[in-house]
Amino acid sequence: MSSAALNPPAAAATASAHRSRRPSTLIVYRWELRKLVAQVRTYLGLALLTLLPVIFVVFESLHHQHNQRDNIFAAQITQSGLATPVLMLLFMSGFFLPVVAALVAGDIFSNEDGNGTLKTILTRSVDRGQVFAAKTFAALTYAVVAVLVAATVATVAGVASWGFHAVRTYSGTLVSAPEALLLVFAANAAYLIPLFAVAAIGLMLSAATRNSAAAVVGTIGIVILLFIIAQIPGLESIQPYLLTEQFQAWQGLLRTPTNWAPIVHSAWLCALYGVPSLVAGYLVFLRRDVAGG
Amino acid sequence: MSEDAAQPVRARGLVKRYDEVLAVDHIDLNVHSGDVYGFLGPNGAGKTTTLRMALGLITPSEGIVELFGRDPMRHGARALEGVAGFVEAPRFYPYFSGRKNLELLAALDGDGAAARIDEVLAVVELSPRAKHKVGGYSHGMRQRLGIAAALLRQPRLLILDEPATGLDPAGMRDMRALIRRLAEEGITVLLSSHQLPEVQELCDRVAIVESGRVVYEGALADLRRQGGAGYRLHTTDDERALALMHEQASVEHAAPGEHGLTFQAHEQDVGELSLTLAAAGIGILALSPELATLEDLFFRLTEGDHDESAEAELSEQALEV
Repeated sequence: MSSAALNPPAAAATASAHRSRRPSTLIVYRWELRKLVAQVRTYLGLALLTLLPVIFVVFESLHHQHNQRDNIFAAQITQSGLATPVLMLLFMSGFFLPVVAALVAGDIFSNEDGNGTLKTILTRSVDRGQVFAAKTFAALTYAVVAVLVAATVATVAGVASWGFHAVRTYSGTLVSAPEALLLVFAANAAYLIPLFAVAAIGLMLSAATRNSAAAVVGTIGIVILLFIIAQIPGLESIQPYLLTEQFQAWQGLLRTPTNWAPIVHSAWLCALYGVPSLVAGYLVFLRRDVAGG
Repeated sequence: MSEDAAQPVRARGLVKRYDEVLAVDHIDLNVHSGDVYGFLGPNGAGKTTTLRMALGLITPSEGIVELFGRDPMRHGARALEGVAGFVEAPRFYPYFSGRKNLELLAALDGDGAAARIDEVLAVVELSPRAKHKVGGYSHGMRQRLGIAAALLRQPRLLILDEPATGLDPAGMRDMRALIRRLAEEGITVLLSSHQLPEVQELCDRVAIVESGRVVYEGALADLRRQGGAGYRLHTTDDERALALMHEQASVEHAAPGEHGLTFQAHEQDVGELSLTLAAAGIGILALSPELATLEDLFFRLTEGDHDESAEAELSEQALEV
């Protein structure tokens, strides 16, 4: 190693002379985003969310059937490109988007465990609470980006194929194209509520299991389990309280007048799933031993 | 005592249990400012577990460890101010370059650490490879990057766990030179190592752990002195000198060696021996003390079939020191 002069004596002097300025959680969050951007797996989910709307539009363009469809937006598919993002949200909200959110949330702590890098960042000047907060916000940011990418691609592909025209909402009211566009993105924003709850479960499992596969599969498993519970005869009374039932709450925004009830219900119910998950994940992360690596 | 003036490392009654396994058993450590402190022990003795507790990575089952008077369990990252290092192999993000990893860590350090990246890369001679992804680095390069990451923090206490592991002989030599230089520049070093010659060369104080317990803590020179004062003697007539030594009750283990004779005796008895030899007309060409090597003492203290009375004696002497 080089004999190049370093300045540790100065370090010793200055270190004792002043208290060091600790980095903010915002800085830790930015680096979490940079880590996500640098990893290939981050793009796998986004690629899926990009491809699905494109495949859908191509398929519909080639094989569109003019017979009556149950869903009002499906019936308008070739009349306005703005029906496409609604149909895609309907299609992807139940499984694909939760899977994509779980891929990152379930991996964000355990990946560092696997690489042994958790000890590297926890022996710097940041507290565990800051690291937890930064990773949580990064996972939620990814969920937002995933929904935004899916919505944008579906909108662009739909409008490019069938034009930017007015559409009828679930209540049959015709809304102008700009208003419909606004409603499409508002519906996607409302869908983030249950998606955040899924991400919170993934974060908790990631912090607790220290194993990416277990955390990702566990999160998806919980979603599937809730779907199954919803199908069990005799358990209809608990359906409104299942997280998976909230995946369609956004449809209240596509009615005239807006039906806020399912969205409000979704908000508090998802908080009941998400907040305890985050608190549990936080407490586990705060107290757990960082061994191995 | 102010925090800055407090001991760099002070552990009292440190215990770590994993279910039925007692990994660390009431360890006390005292690393003083300016020490190059060797932390020795066989595999599984509890060294790395102790260092993890010191850095706040794992929670002690009992006891306390403080860095400059701060307990990582109570003070969190504040307890690590002025402290840097790594336990086991240093780990980095393989998909980032060496420089990008240091940028990340500098961001997590704050305090202008980013401005020192070029400097520390030069010190560990990684500047030419700084833009390459760490995934392609050799083990030795990662060790060096680990040192660079530690130096970014301008530490007053450097905790290094087997820093020379996996390095080639030249790399080991360079690592020793760097540690020596850092120590000379005022950094306290806590060095966990299996390389006994390295510890003997670098460290002034040591703790030796065995099965989670400290079997010796103190000055290395004291340990070696207490390990049995040996002497090497070369005379004008080694054969007669040896015969005379065998007649002296105070001289033990007298034997011909590679270069003259070796024996053990207390200091005052060596003086008498020299007078006896002179009276017999035997000239002394050389008489020098031969301290036990750290390796001898380490195995005596830590091996399963060691002489327990010797360990007790050494430990008692250590406590008296």
